[in-house]
Amino acid sequence: MLHWATVVGFIALVATFAAYMLGWLPAHVPLEQMPQLWSLPTAEFLKATNTPTGWSWLFMMGQGDFAGQLGIAILSGCSIACILVIIPIYARNRNTAYLAICVLTIAVLLASAAGVFTRH
Amino acid sequence: MTGQQDIARSLRTFFWLLAAALLVAALPAGAADATTQATPHAAASATGWWVWPLALFVVCFFMGMIAVPAGVGGGVLFVPIVGSFFPFHLDFVRGAGLLVAMSSALAAGPSLLKNGMANLRLALPLALIASVSSIGGAMLGLALPANVVQTLLGITILGIAGLMISAKKSEFPLVPRPDPLSRALGINGVFHDAISGKDIPWQVHRTPAGLALFLVIGFLGGLFGVGAGWANVPALNLLMGAPLKVAAGTSSMILSIASSSATWYYLDSGAILAIIAVPSVIGMMMGARIGAHLLTVLKASVIRRLVIAILLFAGVRTLLKGLGIWM
Repeated sequence: MLHWATVVGFIALVATFAAYMLGWLPAHVPLEQMPQLWSLPTAEFLKATNTPTGWSWLFMMGQGDFAGQLGIAILSGCSIACILVIIPIYARNRNTAYLAICVLTIAVLLASAAGVFTRH
Repeated sequence: MTGQQDIARSLRTFFWLLAAALLVAALPAGAADATTQATPHAAASATGWWVWPLALFVVCFFMGMIAVPAGVGGGVLFVPIVGSFFPFHLDFVRGAGLLVAMSSALAAGPSLLKNGMANLRLALPLALIASVSSIGGAMLGLALPANVVQTLLGITILGIAGLMISAKKSEFPLVPRPDPLSRALGINGVFHDAISGKDIPWQVHRTPAGLALFLVIGFLGGLFGVGAGWANVPALNLLMGAPLKVAAGTSSMILSIASSSATWYYLDSGAILAIIAVPSVIGMMMGARIGAHLLTVLKASVIRRLVIAILLFAGVRTLLKGLGIWM
């Protein structure tokens, strides 16, 4: 499970990046402008480029710079998927301590992924 | 004698290649820094945009080659070197650093689990603590001014180099009896040592102290984007008494979970740029594959000394950049 999730993540990462670099997908921020922008702090970069935060990238997958986020999100989600797989095993064995630890870890990861801790 | 000369020659060649890669990266970085400081929003850089992802890929390839055999995660080399010698803002470097650390850990994860090197019962409680604190570290890191984070990072990197110089390792630490918490959680196992062909039972102690330490490790990992491979192994091995190989394998699992919580935070905050993160991850992964073979031609201690030297240099550079002395 972990192996295949990681492989899918890497393939998505490389494929979308190739499409972005080779210009197969248009970029939200033109590549030639990036050297003037990537030295800015995050908040200023987002403002200068009118880049949305949170999960907005999911609806802008047609643009190369946002498509690249797909592979990153898949790789970041690998841990969630793997813990979800082992939860039923702990539940079946009535191992309440590890069941609670897994549920809490999933809650933390999902909250972080959902942007609960982020100021938009 | 001939073998030693070969090793020395290989090391010298390798070191100069690495130094050349860093120099190539540093020279235009300085020029770009000067340009962007003069007119931050509008100045056009004289360097083509494509030079940077390419240089990043090359430098990360070299870093991947030495990070794996030296037993440190890629993030601990990536953030100070790229943060010091490339024109990217430290926010984006830290976001990419977390992704690099997480990807390396994920790539190693399946085989470590399969070989019994990674232990879920040991990893999960520590990963939960480290996940929570790494989000706290990420939040603070993106809120603090870059020069403050850079200064603190320089101090931390020099501390990590000091830890690498002084820390000892114990293949099979002596754990007379497990503490009540590890006993309650059933943190123990049997590790099959392929070298001796024996099954070695193990248990851990000082679990509450381990949990407290992972709170700090996770926080620093999220704050600086350096992951935590550099600290996980000593904490699991020397403090909690896990066998060295179990500690190394379990470290990857903790790292993949804790880094992903902070990565989500950076991603959600818009602090991960594909143009910086993706070449870094690909370069590091490719270099790590070569690095695994490097151990057959170079001694681990030689690579470790090289990494310590690079960390000391990068740490001083990061500190001086943070203090505004060497921009």
